[in-house]
Amino acid sequence: MILTIGIREFKSLFLSPLAWSILAVVQVILGFLFLARLEVFQLYQPQLMAMDGAPGLTEIVLPDLLGNAAVILLLVVPLMTMRLVSEERRNRTLALLFSAPLSMTEIVLGKYLGIILFLLVLLLMIALMPLSLLAGASLDLGLMASGFFGLALLLAGFAAVGLFMSTLTQYTTVAAISTFGALLLFWILDWSGQGTAGGNWLAYLSLFNHYKPFLEGIFNSADAAYHVLLIITFLVLSIRRLDADRLGG
Amino acid sequence: MSHTLVEINNLSRFYGTLQAVKDVSFTIRQGEVLGFLGPNGAGKTTTMQIISGNLAPSGGSVTIANHDLLEDPRAAKNQIGYLPESPPLYRELTVNEYLDYCAALNNVPRAKRLSARENTKERCGLHDAGKRLIGNLSKGFQQRVGIAQAIIHLPPVVILDEPTVGLDPIQIREIRALIRELGRDHGVILSTHILPEVQTTCDRVQIINKGELVLNESIEGLEHHMKSASLTVAFHQSPDLQFLENLPGVKSVHPEKDGRLRVFHETEQNPTDAILRMAVNKNWGLYEIRPGRLSLEQIFVELTSDAALENAEALATTTTTDSGL
Repeated sequence: MILTIGIREFKSLFLSPLAWSILAVVQVILGFLFLARLEVFQLYQPQLMAMDGAPGLTEIVLPDLLGNAAVILLLVVPLMTMRLVSEERRNRTLALLFSAPLSMTEIVLGKYLGIILFLLVLLLMIALMPLSLLAGASLDLGLMASGFFGLALLLAGFAAVGLFMSTLTQYTTVAAISTFGALLLFWILDWSGQGTAGGNWLAYLSLFNHYKPFLEGIFNSADAAYHVLLIITFLVLSIRRLDADRLGG
Repeated sequence: MSHTLVEINNLSRFYGTLQAVKDVSFTIRQGEVLGFLGPNGAGKTTTMQIISGNLAPSGGSVTIANHDLLEDPRAAKNQIGYLPESPPLYRELTVNEYLDYCAALNNVPRAKRLSARENTKERCGLHDAGKRLIGNLSKGFQQRVGIAQAIIHLPPVVILDEPTVGLDPIQIREIRALIRELGRDHGVILSTHILPEVQTTCDRVQIINKGELVLNESIEGLEHHMKSASLTVAFHQSPDLQFLENLPGVKSVHPEKDGRLRVFHETEQNPTDAILRMAVNKNWGLYEIRPGRLSLEQIFVELTSDAALENAEALATTTTTDSGL
Protein backbone atom coordinates (compact mmCIF):
# COMPACT_ATOMS: atom_id res chain seq x y z
CA MET A 1 0.00 0.00 0.00
CA ILE A 2 2.89 2.32 0.82
CA LEU A 3 4.35 1.31 -2.52
CA THR A 4 1.08 2.13 -4.32
CA ILE A 5 1.01 5.66 -2.95
CA GLY A 6 4.75 6.07 -3.48
CA ILE A 7 4.67 5.07 -7.12
CA ARG A 8 1.59 7.19 -7.80
CA GLU A 9 3.31 10.16 -6.18
CA PHE A 10 6.48 9.52 -8.18
CA LYS A 11 4.57 9.32 -11.46
CA SER A 12 2.55 12.42 -10.63
CA LEU A 13 5.74 14.38 -10.12
CA PHE A 14 6.67 13.76 -13.72
CA LEU A 15 3.24 14.84 -14.96
CA SER A 16 4.14 18.43 -14.17
CA PRO A 17 7.00 20.22 -15.88
CA LEU A 18 8.49 21.03 -12.46
CA ALA A 19 10.26 17.69 -12.01
CA TRP A 20 11.69 17.75 -15.53
CA SER A 21 12.94 21.31 -15.28
CA ILE A 22 14.50 20.65 -11.90
CA LEU A 23 16.34 17.60 -13.23
CA ALA A 24 17.54 19.62 -16.21
CA VAL A 25 18.66 22.68 -14.25
CA VAL A 26 20.46 20.67 -11.59
CA GLN A 27 22.19 18.61 -14.23
CA VAL A 28 23.37 21.64 -16.22
CA ILE A 29 24.74 23.47 -13.19
CA LEU A 30 26.45 20.44 -11.70
CA GLY A 31 27.77 19.49 -15.12
CA PHE A 32 29.39 22.88 -15.42
CA LEU A 33 30.90 22.67 -11.93
CA PHE A 34 32.11 19.15 -12.64
CA LEU A 35 33.85 20.17 -15.85
CA ALA A 36 35.39 23.22 -14.19
CA ARG A 37 36.81 21.04 -11.45
CA LEU A 38 38.10 18.58 -14.01
CA GLU A 39 39.90 21.39 -15.73
CA VAL A 40 41.58 22.34 -12.48
CA PHE A 41 42.79 18.78 -12.11
CA GLN A 42 44.16 18.75 -15.65
CA LEU A 43 45.95 22.04 -15.02
CA TYR A 44 47.74 20.79 -11.94
CA GLN A 45 48.18 17.22 -13.07
CA PRO A 46 51.95 17.58 -13.83
CA GLN A 47 52.69 19.04 -10.39
CA LEU A 48 50.53 16.41 -8.70
CA MET A 49 52.40 13.67 -10.52
CA ALA A 50 55.65 14.92 -9.07
CA MET A 51 54.29 15.05 -5.52
CA ASP A 52 54.44 12.21 -3.06
CA GLY A 53 51.06 11.06 -1.73
CA ALA A 54 49.25 13.65 -3.79
CA PRO A 55 45.45 13.63 -3.89
CA GLY A 56 44.04 11.58 -6.74
CA LEU A 57 41.44 12.44 -9.34
CA THR A 58 38.51 11.34 -7.19
CA GLU A 59 39.73 13.28 -4.20
CA ILE A 60 39.99 16.47 -6.18
CA VAL A 61 36.82 16.27 -8.20
CA LEU A 62 34.29 14.45 -6.05
CA PRO A 63 34.13 16.21 -2.63
CA ASP A 64 33.87 19.53 -4.38
CA LEU A 65 31.13 18.30 -6.71
CA LEU A 66 29.09 16.73 -3.91
CA GLY A 67 29.57 19.73 -1.64
CA ASN A 68 28.14 21.99 -4.32
CA ALA A 69 25.40 19.49 -5.11
CA ALA A 70 24.28 19.57 -1.46
CA VAL A 71 23.97 23.36 -1.51
CA ILE A 72 22.06 23.38 -4.79
CA LEU A 73 19.74 20.62 -3.65
CA LEU A 74 19.11 22.55 -0.45
CA LEU A 75 17.42 25.05 -2.72
CA VAL A 76 15.75 22.48 -4.92
CA VAL A 77 14.32 19.89 -2.52
CA PRO A 78 11.86 22.35 -0.91
CA LEU A 79 10.41 22.94 -4.37
CA MET A 80 9.85 19.23 -4.80
CA THR A 81 8.39 18.54 -1.37
CA MET A 82 6.20 21.62 -1.10
CA ARG A 83 3.23 20.17 -2.94
CA LEU A 84 3.22 16.73 -1.27
CA VAL A 85 0.46 17.36 1.23
CA SER A 86 -0.33 21.05 0.98
CA GLU A 87 -1.61 20.77 -2.56
CA GLU A 88 -3.89 17.91 -1.59
CA ARG A 89 -5.08 19.94 1.34
CA ARG A 90 -5.80 22.86 -0.94
CA ASN A 91 -7.60 20.77 -3.59
CA ARG A 92 -9.41 18.87 -0.84
CA THR A 93 -8.26 15.55 -2.18
CA LEU A 94 -6.93 14.32 1.15
CA ALA A 95 -10.38 12.84 1.80
CA LEU A 96 -9.58 10.17 -0.77
CA LEU A 97 -6.67 8.90 1.30
CA PHE A 98 -8.37 9.46 4.64
CA SER A 99 -11.44 7.44 3.75
CA ALA A 100 -9.47 4.61 2.17
CA PRO A 101 -8.48 1.74 4.47
CA LEU A 102 -5.05 3.20 5.21
CA SER A 103 -3.31 4.22 8.38
CA MET A 104 -1.82 7.68 8.68
CA THR A 105 1.63 6.08 8.80
CA GLU A 106 1.06 4.42 5.44
CA ILE A 107 -0.05 7.69 3.89
CA VAL A 108 2.99 9.57 5.17
CA LEU A 109 5.45 6.82 4.29
CA GLY A 110 3.90 6.49 0.85
CA LYS A 111 4.29 10.17 0.15
CA TYR A 112 7.83 10.05 1.49
CA LEU A 113 8.69 7.07 -0.67
CA GLY A 114 7.49 8.94 -3.75
CA ILE A 115 9.82 11.84 -3.13
CA ILE A 116 12.71 9.54 -2.21
CA LEU A 117 12.32 7.72 -5.54
CA PHE A 118 12.58 11.04 -7.32
CA LEU A 119 15.65 12.07 -5.34
CA LEU A 120 17.28 8.72 -6.17
CA VAL A 121 16.79 9.46 -9.85
CA LEU A 122 18.41 12.84 -9.29
CA LEU A 123 21.28 11.20 -7.43
CA LEU A 124 21.79 8.66 -10.19
CA MET A 125 22.00 11.44 -12.75
CA ILE A 126 24.67 13.17 -10.70
CA ALA A 127 26.57 9.92 -10.17
CA LEU A 128 26.73 9.36 -13.92
CA MET A 129 29.08 12.32 -14.30
CA PRO A 130 32.01 11.08 -12.22
CA LEU A 131 31.31 7.52 -13.36
CA SER A 132 31.87 8.63 -16.94
CA LEU A 133 35.51 9.22 -15.98
CA LEU A 134 35.90 5.45 -15.64
CA ALA A 135 36.22 5.39 -19.41
CA GLY A 136 39.66 6.90 -19.24
CA ALA A 137 40.82 6.91 -15.64
CA SER A 138 40.61 4.87 -12.48
CA LEU A 139 38.49 6.14 -9.61
CA ASP A 140 38.50 5.60 -5.88
CA LEU A 141 35.14 3.81 -5.82
CA GLY A 142 35.14 3.55 -2.03
CA LEU A 143 35.36 7.30 -1.63
CA MET A 144 32.65 7.71 -4.24
CA ALA A 145 30.32 5.27 -2.50
CA SER A 146 30.82 7.00 0.82
CA GLY A 147 30.21 10.43 -0.71
CA PHE A 148 27.03 9.42 -2.49
CA PHE A 149 25.77 7.55 0.53
CA GLY A 150 26.23 10.73 2.54
CA LEU A 151 24.42 12.78 -0.07
CA ALA A 152 21.57 10.26 -0.14
CA LEU A 153 21.17 10.46 3.64
CA LEU A 154 21.30 14.23 3.50
CA LEU A 155 18.62 14.39 0.80
CA ALA A 156 16.43 11.95 2.71
CA GLY A 157 16.67 14.31 5.67
CA PHE A 158 15.81 17.30 3.48
CA ALA A 159 12.78 15.44 2.14
CA ALA A 160 11.55 14.52 5.63
CA VAL A 161 11.74 18.16 6.75
CA GLY A 162 10.00 19.23 3.53
CA LEU A 163 7.23 16.68 3.98
CA PHE A 164 6.57 17.89 7.49
CA MET A 165 6.44 21.54 6.40
CA SER A 166 4.05 20.54 3.66
CA THR A 167 1.65 18.97 6.16
CA LEU A 168 1.46 22.24 8.08
CA THR A 169 -0.10 24.46 5.47
CA GLN A 170 -2.29 24.53 2.40
CA TYR A 171 -0.08 27.04 0.63
CA THR A 172 2.66 25.38 -1.37
CA THR A 173 4.85 28.48 -1.36
CA VAL A 174 4.65 28.72 2.43
CA ALA A 175 5.69 25.07 2.65
CA ALA A 176 8.62 25.70 0.29
CA ILE A 177 9.91 28.79 2.01
CA SER A 178 9.64 27.32 5.51
CA THR A 179 11.39 24.13 4.40
CA PHE A 180 14.13 26.19 2.84
CA GLY A 181 14.45 28.31 5.97
CA ALA A 182 14.59 25.30 8.28
CA LEU A 183 17.16 23.51 6.14
CA LEU A 184 19.36 26.55 5.77
CA LEU A 185 19.24 27.08 9.51
CA PHE A 186 20.24 23.47 10.12
CA TRP A 187 23.03 23.95 7.62
CA ILE A 188 24.57 27.10 9.10
CA LEU A 189 24.20 26.10 12.74
CA ASP A 190 27.89 25.22 12.74
CA TRP A 191 28.84 28.87 12.22
CA SER A 192 27.96 29.47 15.84
CA GLY A 193 30.72 27.07 16.80
CA GLN A 194 33.42 29.02 15.07
CA GLY A 195 35.96 30.55 17.39
CA THR A 196 35.15 28.39 20.40
CA ALA A 197 37.40 25.46 20.90
CA GLY A 198 35.89 22.14 19.90
CA GLY A 199 32.65 23.77 18.81
CA ASN A 200 29.49 23.66 20.88
CA TRP A 201 26.29 21.65 20.91
CA LEU A 202 24.64 23.91 18.36
CA ALA A 203 27.42 23.20 15.93
CA TYR A 204 27.01 19.54 16.66
CA LEU A 205 23.42 19.75 15.42
CA SER A 206 24.49 21.20 12.10
CA LEU A 207 23.63 19.11 9.06
CA PHE A 208 26.81 20.22 7.39
CA ASN A 209 29.08 18.82 10.08
CA HIS A 210 27.50 15.42 9.65
CA TYR A 211 27.79 15.51 5.89
CA LYS A 212 31.44 16.56 5.53
CA PRO A 213 32.99 13.35 6.89
CA PHE A 214 31.22 11.31 4.22
CA LEU A 215 32.87 13.44 1.54
CA GLU A 216 36.26 12.68 3.02
CA GLY A 217 35.50 8.99 2.81
CA ILE A 218 34.90 8.58 6.53
CA PHE A 219 31.85 6.53 7.35
CA ASN A 220 31.01 7.34 10.94
CA SER A 221 27.96 5.49 12.25
CA ALA A 222 27.24 8.44 14.57
CA ASP A 223 26.85 10.69 11.53
CA ALA A 224 24.59 8.18 9.83
CA ALA A 225 22.56 7.85 13.02
CA TYR A 226 22.17 11.62 13.13
CA HIS A 227 20.57 11.64 9.69
CA VAL A 228 18.38 8.66 10.45
CA LEU A 229 17.16 10.28 13.67
CA LEU A 230 16.41 13.49 11.81
CA ILE A 231 14.39 11.59 9.23
CA ILE A 232 12.44 9.60 11.81
CA THR A 233 11.70 12.69 13.88
CA PHE A 234 10.19 14.60 10.99
CA LEU A 235 8.25 11.63 9.67
CA VAL A 236 6.71 11.04 13.09
CA LEU A 237 5.88 14.74 13.34
CA SER A 238 4.18 14.55 9.93
CA ILE A 239 2.08 11.57 11.01
CA ARG A 240 1.10 13.37 14.19
CA ARG A 241 0.20 16.47 12.22
CA LEU A 242 -2.10 14.60 9.85
CA ASP A 243 -3.70 12.77 12.76
CA ALA A 244 -4.38 16.11 14.37
CA ASP A 245 -6.22 17.06 11.18
CA ARG A 246 -8.76 14.39 11.93
CA LEU A 247 -9.03 15.25 15.60
CA GLY A 248 -9.08 19.01 15.31
CA GLY A 249 -10.79 20.89 12.58
CA MET B 1 -32.71 -6.98 3.29
CA SER B 2 -32.96 -5.66 6.81
CA HIS B 3 -29.35 -6.43 7.65
CA THR B 4 -27.95 -3.45 9.57
CA LEU B 5 -24.87 -1.94 7.96
CA VAL B 6 -24.15 1.20 9.89
CA GLU B 7 -24.99 1.85 13.48
CA ILE B 8 -24.39 5.26 14.96
CA ASN B 9 -24.78 5.81 18.67
CA ASN B 10 -24.86 9.14 20.50
CA LEU B 11 -22.46 10.73 18.09
CA SER B 12 -21.28 14.20 19.00
CA ARG B 13 -18.63 16.52 17.73
CA PHE B 14 -17.25 19.81 19.00
CA TYR B 15 -15.40 22.47 17.07
CA GLY B 16 -13.85 24.34 19.94
CA THR B 17 -16.87 25.26 22.05
CA LEU B 18 -19.33 24.95 19.18
CA GLN B 19 -21.16 21.63 19.21
CA ALA B 20 -21.79 20.79 15.57
CA VAL B 21 -23.36 17.38 16.18
CA LYS B 22 -25.36 16.60 19.32
CA ASP B 23 -26.08 13.04 20.39
CA VAL B 24 -27.10 11.74 16.99
CA SER B 25 -28.08 8.07 16.70
CA PHE B 26 -29.39 6.20 13.69
CA THR B 27 -28.89 3.08 11.61
CA ILE B 28 -28.71 2.22 7.94
CA ARG B 29 -29.78 -1.12 6.57
CA GLN B 30 -28.75 -2.86 3.42
CA GLY B 31 -30.84 -1.91 0.40
CA GLU B 32 -31.82 1.42 1.82
CA VAL B 33 -31.23 4.98 0.62
CA LEU B 34 -31.18 7.37 3.53
CA GLY B 35 -31.77 11.03 2.74
CA PHE B 36 -29.99 13.43 5.02
CA LEU B 37 -31.55 16.88 5.07
CA GLY B 38 -30.81 20.02 6.95
CA PRO B 39 -30.18 23.71 6.50
CA ASN B 40 -26.66 24.97 5.91
CA GLY B 41 -24.41 24.47 8.90
CA ALA B 42 -26.75 21.94 10.52
CA GLY B 43 -24.06 19.28 10.84
CA LYS B 44 -24.77 17.12 7.79
CA THR B 45 -21.26 17.26 6.38
CA THR B 46 -19.68 16.86 9.80
CA THR B 47 -21.72 13.71 10.42
CA MET B 48 -20.75 12.31 7.04
CA GLN B 49 -17.10 13.13 7.57
CA ILE B 50 -17.20 11.27 10.86
CA ILE B 51 -18.84 8.19 9.36
CA SER B 52 -16.28 8.15 6.54
CA GLY B 53 -13.40 8.40 9.00
CA ASN B 54 -12.23 11.83 7.90
CA LEU B 55 -13.00 13.37 11.25
CA ALA B 56 -12.76 11.91 14.71
CA PRO B 57 -15.94 12.18 16.81
CA SER B 58 -15.80 13.87 20.21
CA GLY B 59 -18.10 11.20 21.63
CA GLY B 60 -20.23 8.26 20.63
CA SER B 61 -19.53 5.33 18.37
CA VAL B 62 -19.81 4.38 14.71
CA THR B 63 -20.05 0.73 13.75
CA ILE B 64 -19.79 -0.22 10.10
CA ALA B 65 -20.65 -3.80 9.19
CA ASN B 66 -19.77 -4.89 12.75
CA HIS B 67 -16.41 -3.11 12.74
CA ASP B 68 -15.98 -0.23 15.15
CA LEU B 69 -14.64 2.75 13.23
CA LEU B 70 -12.41 3.88 16.09
CA GLU B 71 -11.07 0.54 17.23
CA ASP B 72 -10.68 -1.16 13.88
CA PRO B 73 -10.58 1.69 11.36
CA ARG B 74 -8.97 -0.31 8.58
CA ALA B 75 -11.66 -2.98 8.45
CA ALA B 76 -14.42 -0.41 8.87
CA LYS B 77 -13.09 1.89 6.15
CA ASN B 78 -12.85 -1.03 3.79
CA GLN B 79 -16.64 -1.16 3.92
CA ILE B 80 -17.32 2.42 2.85
CA GLY B 81 -17.11 4.56 -0.22
CA TYR B 82 -17.22 8.30 0.31
CA LEU B 83 -17.86 11.20 -2.03
CA PRO B 84 -17.15 14.46 -0.19
CA GLU B 85 -18.76 17.77 -1.07
CA SER B 86 -15.97 18.55 -3.49
CA PRO B 87 -14.92 15.34 -5.23
CA PRO B 88 -11.31 14.40 -4.36
CA LEU B 89 -10.00 14.27 -7.92
CA TYR B 90 -6.43 14.49 -9.17
CA ARG B 91 -6.84 16.76 -12.14
CA GLU B 92 -3.59 15.74 -13.77
CA LEU B 93 -4.58 12.08 -14.11
CA THR B 94 -6.76 10.41 -16.71
CA VAL B 95 -9.99 8.79 -15.57
CA ASN B 96 -8.50 5.31 -15.99
CA GLU B 97 -5.33 6.11 -14.05
CA TYR B 98 -7.33 7.70 -11.29
CA LEU B 99 -9.79 4.84 -10.93
CA ASP B 100 -6.98 2.29 -10.95
CA TYR B 101 -5.29 4.19 -8.15
CA CYS B 102 -8.54 4.30 -6.14
CA ALA B 103 -9.04 0.58 -6.65
CA ALA B 104 -5.51 -0.11 -5.42
CA LEU B 105 -5.98 2.13 -2.39
CA ASN B 106 -9.15 0.28 -1.49
CA ASN B 107 -7.53 -3.16 -1.62
CA VAL B 108 -9.10 -4.39 -4.84
CA PRO B 109 -6.92 -7.39 -5.81
CA ARG B 110 -4.66 -6.69 -8.76
CA ALA B 111 -6.32 -9.29 -10.96
CA LYS B 112 -9.75 -7.74 -10.49
CA ARG B 113 -8.80 -4.09 -10.97
CA LEU B 114 -9.40 -3.93 -14.69
CA SER B 115 -12.87 -5.47 -14.48
CA ALA B 116 -13.73 -3.34 -11.43
CA ARG B 117 -12.71 -0.20 -13.33
CA GLU B 118 -14.63 -1.12 -16.46
CA ASN B 119 -17.78 -2.08 -14.52
CA THR B 120 -17.73 1.12 -12.53
CA LYS B 121 -17.22 3.23 -15.64
CA GLU B 122 -20.18 1.48 -17.25
CA ARG B 123 -22.38 2.13 -14.23
CA CYS B 124 -21.47 5.79 -14.04
CA GLY B 125 -21.70 6.43 -17.78
CA LEU B 126 -18.00 7.08 -18.17
CA HIS B 127 -17.12 4.45 -20.79
CA ASP B 128 -15.98 7.02 -23.36
CA ALA B 129 -14.09 9.18 -20.91
CA GLY B 130 -11.44 6.67 -19.81
CA LYS B 131 -8.48 8.29 -21.56
CA ARG B 132 -9.45 11.88 -20.87
CA LEU B 133 -7.76 14.04 -18.26
CA ILE B 134 -9.97 14.65 -15.26
CA GLY B 135 -9.07 18.33 -15.28
CA ASN B 136 -10.55 18.68 -18.77
CA LEU B 137 -13.88 17.03 -17.96
CA SER B 138 -17.06 19.00 -17.39
CA LYS B 139 -18.40 19.43 -13.88
CA GLY B 140 -21.02 16.73 -14.41
CA PHE B 141 -18.47 14.21 -15.57
CA GLN B 142 -16.14 15.08 -12.71
CA GLN B 143 -19.02 14.42 -10.34
CA ARG B 144 -19.51 11.04 -11.98
CA VAL B 145 -15.84 10.23 -11.56
CA GLY B 146 -16.28 11.19 -7.91
CA ILE B 147 -19.13 8.72 -7.57
CA ALA B 148 -17.17 6.08 -9.49
CA GLN B 149 -14.33 6.53 -7.02
CA ALA B 150 -16.72 5.87 -4.14
CA ILE B 151 -18.17 2.64 -5.54
CA ILE B 152 -15.22 1.05 -7.35
CA HIS B 153 -14.51 -1.41 -4.55
CA LEU B 154 -18.22 -2.28 -4.22
CA PRO B 155 -18.46 -1.14 -0.62
CA PRO B 156 -21.58 -2.11 1.34
CA VAL B 157 -21.99 1.51 2.46
CA VAL B 158 -21.84 4.48 0.11
CA ILE B 159 -21.81 8.01 1.50
CA LEU B 160 -22.60 10.80 -0.94
CA ASP B 161 -22.40 14.42 0.17
CA GLU B 162 -24.54 16.55 -2.14
CA PRO B 163 -23.86 14.52 -5.26
CA THR B 164 -26.09 16.52 -7.62
CA VAL B 165 -24.85 20.03 -6.88
CA GLY B 166 -23.93 21.93 -10.01
CA LEU B 167 -25.33 19.44 -12.49
CA ASP B 168 -27.79 20.10 -15.29
CA PRO B 169 -31.31 18.62 -15.02
CA ILE B 170 -30.55 15.67 -17.29
CA GLN B 171 -27.41 14.78 -15.38
CA ILE B 172 -29.34 15.11 -12.12
CA ARG B 173 -31.86 12.57 -13.36
CA GLU B 174 -29.09 10.20 -14.39
CA ILE B 175 -27.31 10.51 -11.07
CA ARG B 176 -30.57 9.94 -9.22
CA ALA B 177 -31.21 6.82 -11.23
CA LEU B 178 -27.69 5.68 -10.39
CA ILE B 179 -28.29 6.30 -6.69
CA ARG B 180 -31.53 4.32 -6.80
CA GLU B 181 -29.65 1.50 -8.47
CA LEU B 182 -26.94 1.63 -5.82
CA GLY B 183 -29.64 1.53 -3.17
CA ARG B 184 -30.68 -1.91 -4.34
CA ASP B 185 -27.65 -3.73 -3.00
CA HIS B 186 -25.69 -1.12 -1.04
CA GLY B 187 -26.69 1.06 1.87
CA VAL B 188 -26.57 4.67 0.73
CA ILE B 189 -26.45 7.87 2.75
CA LEU B 190 -27.26 10.89 0.66
CA SER B 191 -27.14 14.47 1.82
CA THR B 192 -28.85 17.15 -0.18
CA HIS B 193 -30.59 20.49 -0.13
CA ILE B 194 -32.97 19.51 -2.88
CA LEU B 195 -36.17 18.24 -1.30
CA PRO B 196 -37.82 16.59 -4.32
CA GLU B 197 -34.61 14.64 -4.73
CA VAL B 198 -35.25 13.00 -1.39
CA GLN B 199 -38.80 12.10 -2.33
CA THR B 200 -37.75 10.51 -5.59
CA THR B 201 -34.63 8.66 -4.47
CA CYS B 202 -34.77 7.88 -0.77
CA ASP B 203 -36.41 5.22 1.34
CA ARG B 204 -35.96 7.07 4.56
CA VAL B 205 -35.55 10.72 5.50
CA GLN B 206 -33.64 12.30 8.30
CA ILE B 207 -33.70 15.98 9.05
CA ILE B 208 -30.94 17.43 11.14
CA ASN B 209 -31.07 20.90 12.62
CA LYS B 210 -28.38 22.53 14.74
CA GLY B 211 -26.69 19.20 15.23
CA GLU B 212 -29.80 17.40 16.42
CA LEU B 213 -31.93 14.87 14.59
CA VAL B 214 -35.42 16.31 14.42
CA LEU B 215 -37.00 13.76 12.09
CA ASN B 216 -36.23 10.15 11.25
CA GLU B 217 -39.01 8.70 9.16
CA SER B 218 -39.54 6.35 6.26
CA ILE B 219 -40.94 7.82 3.06
CA GLU B 220 -44.28 6.06 3.67
CA GLY B 221 -44.43 7.48 7.17
CA LEU B 222 -43.67 10.85 5.74
CA GLU B 223 -46.51 10.52 3.23
CA HIS B 224 -48.78 9.94 6.18
CA HIS B 225 -47.38 13.05 7.87
CA MET B 226 -48.02 15.06 4.78
CA LYS B 227 -51.65 14.05 4.34
CA SER B 228 -52.39 14.89 7.88
CA ALA B 229 -55.07 16.96 9.19
CA SER B 230 -56.16 19.83 7.03
CA LEU B 231 -58.66 20.71 4.32
CA THR B 232 -58.82 23.74 2.10
CA VAL B 233 -62.39 24.88 1.31
CA ALA B 234 -63.85 27.84 -0.53
CA PHE B 235 -67.45 29.19 -0.57
CA HIS B 236 -69.23 31.87 -2.59
CA GLN B 237 -70.98 33.14 0.54
CA SER B 238 -68.67 33.51 3.49
CA PRO B 239 -70.10 31.33 6.22
CA ASP B 240 -70.04 31.85 9.95
CA LEU B 241 -66.85 30.16 11.07
CA GLN B 242 -68.60 29.09 14.27
CA PHE B 243 -70.63 26.48 12.37
CA LEU B 244 -67.54 24.89 10.89
CA GLU B 245 -65.64 24.88 14.13
CA ASN B 246 -68.47 23.05 15.88
CA LEU B 247 -68.39 20.14 13.43
CA PRO B 248 -67.10 16.89 14.96
CA GLY B 249 -63.38 16.42 14.52
CA VAL B 250 -62.61 20.00 13.53
CA LYS B 251 -59.93 21.62 15.65
CA SER B 252 -59.76 25.08 14.16
CA VAL B 253 -60.60 27.12 11.08
CA HIS B 254 -58.33 29.78 9.64
CA PRO B 255 -59.36 32.14 6.85
CA GLU B 256 -56.63 32.57 4.27
CA LYS B 257 -55.80 35.66 2.28
CA ASP B 258 -57.46 34.54 -0.97
CA GLY B 259 -60.82 33.95 0.77
CA ARG B 260 -60.33 30.22 1.16
CA LEU B 261 -60.62 28.60 4.55
CA ARG B 262 -58.17 26.20 6.04
CA VAL B 263 -59.84 23.60 8.26
CA PHE B 264 -57.60 21.68 10.64
CA HIS B 265 -59.01 18.43 11.94
CA GLU B 266 -58.17 15.28 13.88
CA THR B 267 -56.29 12.76 11.80
CA GLU B 268 -58.82 9.98 12.43
CA GLN B 269 -61.97 12.07 11.92
CA ASN B 270 -62.23 13.55 8.47
CA PRO B 271 -65.03 16.16 8.39
CA THR B 272 -65.30 16.33 4.58
CA ASP B 273 -68.76 14.75 4.47
CA ALA B 274 -70.09 16.93 7.25
CA ILE B 275 -68.82 20.09 5.59
CA LEU B 276 -70.40 19.11 2.27
CA ARG B 277 -73.75 18.43 3.89
CA MET B 278 -73.72 21.67 5.86
CA ALA B 279 -72.70 23.70 2.81
CA VAL B 280 -75.67 22.32 0.85
CA ASN B 281 -78.11 22.84 3.71
CA LYS B 282 -77.09 26.41 4.36
CA ASN B 283 -76.60 27.27 0.70
CA TRP B 284 -73.03 28.59 1.07
CA GLY B 285 -72.13 27.84 -2.51
CA LEU B 286 -69.21 25.49 -2.04
CA TYR B 287 -66.99 25.54 -5.09
CA GLU B 288 -63.76 24.02 -3.88
CA ILE B 289 -62.70 21.42 -1.35
CA ARG B 290 -59.42 19.53 -1.25
CA PRO B 291 -57.19 17.83 1.27
CA GLY B 292 -54.40 20.16 2.31
CA ARG B 293 -51.20 18.29 1.73
CA LEU B 294 -48.15 19.48 3.49
CA SER B 295 -45.21 19.41 1.17
CA LEU B 296 -41.91 18.04 2.34
CA GLU B 297 -40.75 21.61 2.14
CA GLN B 298 -43.34 22.69 4.70
CA ILE B 299 -42.32 19.90 7.06
CA PHE B 300 -38.70 20.84 6.57
CA VAL B 301 -39.35 24.50 7.28
CA GLU B 302 -41.55 23.65 10.26
CA LEU B 303 -38.90 21.42 11.81
CA THR B 304 -35.90 23.58 11.15
CA SER B 305 -37.27 27.06 11.72
CA ASP B 306 -38.54 26.79 15.29
CA ALA B 307 -35.57 28.68 16.49
CA ALA B 308 -35.96 31.29 13.77
CA LEU B 309 -39.57 31.73 14.81
CA GLU B 310 -38.64 32.15 18.44
CA ASN B 311 -36.09 34.72 17.50
CA ALA B 312 -38.65 36.62 15.46
CA GLU B 313 -41.09 36.57 18.36
CA ALA B 314 -38.49 37.73 20.80
CA LEU B 315 -37.64 40.54 18.44
CA ALA B 316 -41.32 41.49 18.09
CA THR B 317 -41.84 41.69 21.85
CA THR B 318 -38.77 43.82 22.34
CA THR B 319 -39.89 46.23 19.63
CA THR B 320 -43.36 46.55 21.13
CA THR B 321 -41.97 47.25 24.57
CA ASP B 322 -39.66 49.77 23.00
CA SER B 323 -42.57 51.57 21.33
CA GLY B 324 -44.52 51.38 24.63
CA LEU B 325 -41.73 53.31 26.28
